Order: sequence, then structure tokens, then C-alpha cells
Amino acid sequence: MSLLNENKGIWVYSESRDLALEMLGKGRELADQMKTQLNAIIIGHDVQGEASELMKYGADKVYVADDPLMARFQSDVYLSVLYNLAINHKPNIILVGSTKNGKPLAARLATRLETGCVPDCNRLSVDENGRLVGERITYGGNAIARVAFITKPQIATVPARAFEKPEPQSRQGQLVKLEVKTETPKTELVEAKPLQTSSARIEEAEAIVSCGRGLARKEDKALLDELASIVHGQVSCSRPLAEDRKWFTEWVGLSGHKVKPKLYIACGLSGVIQHVAGIRDSKVIVAINKDPEAPIFEIADYGVVGDLYEIVPALKDALEKMMR
Amino acid sequence: MSRQTFYILTVTFYSSNQGNLFELSDLKRIIVCLKQAVDVTQLKVDVATRQLITTGAPKKISDFDKNALEEAIRIREKLADVEVVTLTMSSEDPKTVLREALAMGADKAYVVNNAEVENTDTSGTAYVLAEAARKIGQFDLILCGETSLDSFSGLVGSRIAELLKLPQITSVRKLSIEGDNVTAERALEDESETVKTKMPALLTVTREINQPRIPSLMMIMKASKKEIVTWTLADLQIQREKLAPKIEVIEALAPKMERKKVKITGETVQEVAEKLAKALIQEGVVGR
Repeated sequence: MSLLNENKGIWVYSESRDLALEMLGKGRELADQMKTQLNAIIIGHDVQGEASELMKYGADKVYVADDPLMARFQSDVYLSVLYNLAINHKPNIILVGSTKNGKPLAARLATRLETGCVPDCNRLSVDENGRLVGERITYGGNAIARVAFITKPQIATVPARAFEKPEPQSRQGQLVKLEVKTETPKTELVEAKPLQTSSARIEEAEAIVSCGRGLARKEDKALLDELASIVHGQVSCSRPLAEDRKWFTEWVGLSGHKVKPKLYIACGLSGVIQHVAGIRDSKVIVAINKDPEAPIFEIADYGVVGDLYEIVPALKDALEKMMR
Repeated sequence: MSRQTFYILTVTFYSSNQGNLFELSDLKRIIVCLKQAVDVTQLKVDVATRQLITTGAPKKISDFDKNALEEAIRIREKLADVEVVTLTMSSEDPKTVLREALAMGADKAYVVNNAEVENTDTSGTAYVLAEAARKIGQFDLILCGETSLDSFSGLVGSRIAELLKLPQITSVRKLSIEGDNVTAERALEDESETVKTKMPALLTVTREINQPRIPSLMMIMKASKKEIVTWTLADLQIQREKLAPKIEVIEALAPKMERKKVKITGETVQEVAEKLAKALIQEGVVGR
């Protein structure tokens, strides 16, 4: 932990390439504002070739830790790379991709460096004292907190799609190969298999037709599928339908996927604050609910008080007719 | 021999001779970290200032931590001789919340009272909980929720693992114990991985892992006899300078949601649907 101003530069790390590029976009902006360097870190095996891509997306310098032992993410091994690098070079800011692996990695890095960590920052800025300020959703979606750092390095984690991926430029940078000395992993991988998820990522959907507890039977998803196909969208749900009823494997909301489609149609979905936190950035929100008091109407652009079993098929028919 | 009796015998073991005797007995101890979280579904907002009204807001065991507790109890139901203890840091009296945990089946609850310190962040919280775990003594597993209901940071579990130099497995949705090993399945973004480690270890669990039980009246009555141990920061020899916050919340305000809030009505379902379809086409959000 350090309170001195010796810490310099912004670092970006994520094992997810897309997320690393998104953070480089934001990182470049902050680095230019602070007149400092933007560096990226790549950890893996046979990954040296990827450094030039990160430079095109804004990195001044790319540290590469390349070793067969690092072919797959392992938190003890990856942590020791980041820790040794940070101890030697004292960065001011470290942005870590807030993935299932990245967030615990950032938490442990912050602990080992005896510094603070602000997770899941959807916005980042620098205040008049040069401190990093992160904005994050808290209290289950009831509030947006603005959080600043007291210690350095300032470690923030950044969720996927919080920032736009920048346009690649024809720029070059410096590649630094790291001498790798890692600690022995404390956990052993037994098996890895692809998750059975819906064919497409819900975060990438242009339109989402989503249902809540108002959907009475699993088979009735077909109604939503039909509407989704008309609006070129995907079907999703609120948490209870996935976690409690097990009708879906994924859901939208604070604890599930955070989405920002052009169109979000909430059917029979009450709109608890945790769900709303996951759809806040949608362009247009439509609510269909029998209960005129449902909170979803408060955050909808268009609201229909009615039975989803009547409205959804009728909307599908109407759109089909008008768009023909 | 009842569990209760056995447990008391074992505690005597610990105090007289730590470590060695423990290995002779097969007792496993699981520490479940429980956060007393603000019930976010009951939070109110001051409309004029957008400030949250947190004073007096009802609190409960953070949902994810409840899954961790349920999992610990299930492990005890499967294996013989497992003791499940809960660990909470709180600035107020969390007894009513902990009674629920004891009623679900925890054997004993530990509370660290931090009322004398303002603004503990995840770094300070993890430090206190790690020191408390050390004071509890031998343990095989620490289970935490993947994140917390109110602050939703998801850092404390990993920070504790780091402080105690424990192997950690995060986002666990299924686990099994065999001898000294714990094997856990984690759900990542695009894949699931199964990871194995030697205990003692720290695991954070997701809500998918189980459905926490609702205690019966009998269990609630039994819980009133169970012990709640309260420690102060001094009991844990906490160094105050290490509790200094490393981050600072500048403000936390209710988000502004500016939406059109147009109610669409009509004589028939068809009329409503057509009006809505028209609006969506005008918005340019349907079709390609």
C-alpha cells in the first residue's frame, strides 16, 4: 500500500480478449487525460503474437507472460505474475476484467498489495485530485455509488460491455517479455466442459422478450419465442424462472446478465429492482402485466395492463402485419 | 452419543492440545461467513434527494451466504462428525438474524462486534474475519456466498483466502468432499470447470448450489439453546491501522430512470397490440 505519488501508469488485464480491448478503450482515454502510459498484460501460452493487437487498441506497452503452465487460467499462477509485476513497476491504476475468474483475481491482488478494490465499475473517471472514481450499482440496484480510492495501486474491475470496444489504430508499442517464476498452484483442474447455454449470447441481442412469474407453464415459452422471432430477438427471463423453477438456465438481472438491447419486452414480469438493474441501459422498455401496480410500469416506455397470454400473440400478429 | 456431547468433548481437545489430536479425530469444522445485509427489497428512497433511507432498514442473512450455510449443513448430514459454525462481523446486535442461522442447523455462531470502527471496507472486513477464523482454530472449510445481497462486491471471500493463504475455489455450484479433498464445479462465462484441492480451503458458492431450508418450529426452539459467542476487535488483537478504509464512497444515490411511461389502452386486445406495434416501429427498434 502506498499513499505516495510514485505510482504511475494505467494497466489493463483480462483473460477475456474482448473485455481487455474494451478496457483499453477507456484506459487510453484516462491515460491521455492523466498524461501517463497505458500498459496491457497478457498471460497464457503461445500468446506473444497477440501483443500487437492490444497495441492497435491503445496499449503503449504490453507485458507478456508466456509459459505452457499458463495455458489455462489458474488463479494462483496468474496472481503471482500480476503481483510481481505490480510490486516492481508500481502502477497507479489496474483495471481487471470483472469475469468469474477476474474478480477473485483482483480481490486477491488488492489484498496482497494491501490496497483497495472497487468491483464492477460501469463508469470510470478521474477527479480533480487525480484519483480514480468508479461508478457501480449497489444495494441491489437501489443506488449507484461513486467510489474513490484512498490507496494505490487503484484496482477496479470492469464488467463486459461497460465500455465500447474502440476502433483499432495503426499504432505500435513496446513488447516486454516477462521472466516467469510462478508459485505452485493450490488447485488442480479435473475437468472443463463448455456450458450449455442458449446458442447466442443474450448480451448481444438487439431485442429481448423476457418473462417473469406471470408465465404459467414452461411450454408457454413458445408464445415468447414467436414474438422474439418477429422482432429478431432472444427470449430470457427474470431470476425466479431460472433459479427457482429451472425453466431457463440463465436470467437477466443484477445477479444474472446485464443487457442493453434496443428493445426489451417484459411480459408478466413485476420488475423488482434487481431485475431493473440488469435492463437499465435498454433503449426502449415495454411492460406487459396484469397488475396495474407492478413496478415495471414505472421504468417502462410503453406499458400495457393486460394478460400476456392475450397481448403477446396479438402484438406478434400486429407486428407481422405491419412489417410485411 | 449425541452430537452435542461429542462436540463439547472435541472443544476440550482443542483447548488442551491443538492440531495433533485434531487429526486423530475425524471431526471436520466448517466456518460459514454470514453477512447481515440490508434487505434491499425493503429499501426506501427519499424522492427529493434520491438518498437511500438505510437507517432502520430491515436486515437479514445475505441470500448467497444462506446458500453457503445450507451447503455446510448438507455436508454435515452426509458425513459424520462435522461441526458447522457461522462467523459474522456486525456493528449492531445480529442475534435475531443469527437465531435463524442456528435454527437452520448451524451448531454455533461467532460474532465480531466492530461498532467502535466506522466505515469498514472489504479489506478491513476480510482482515477481521480472517483473524476470527484463526481464533476459532482448526477448520477444514470456509464457505462464503459468492457476493452479498446489499453491496454486491464479491471480494471478501477471496480476500480472506488470500490473507489465510488458503486454496480458493470461487462460484461453486456443486461440491463434494472425499477425505481431505474437496472437489467443486464452477460455472464460468462459457464453460464449467471442476477443480480439486486439499482442505483447508475457502469456497464461495452461487445461489444455484441449493435451496436453503426453512427451519421448522422445533428447529427454531432448539436454536435458542445454542451458543452465540461475541468477540470484540480487541479479543482478536486487531491492528487498527490495518482497518483503515482503502476506498471511499463519495455518494450513493438512487438512479435516475427517465422513461416515457406511456400507457397503451384500447377497446380490444387487437387495438392495444396495434397501437403498441406502431409505437415500436416508430421508435425504430423492431426490424432490421
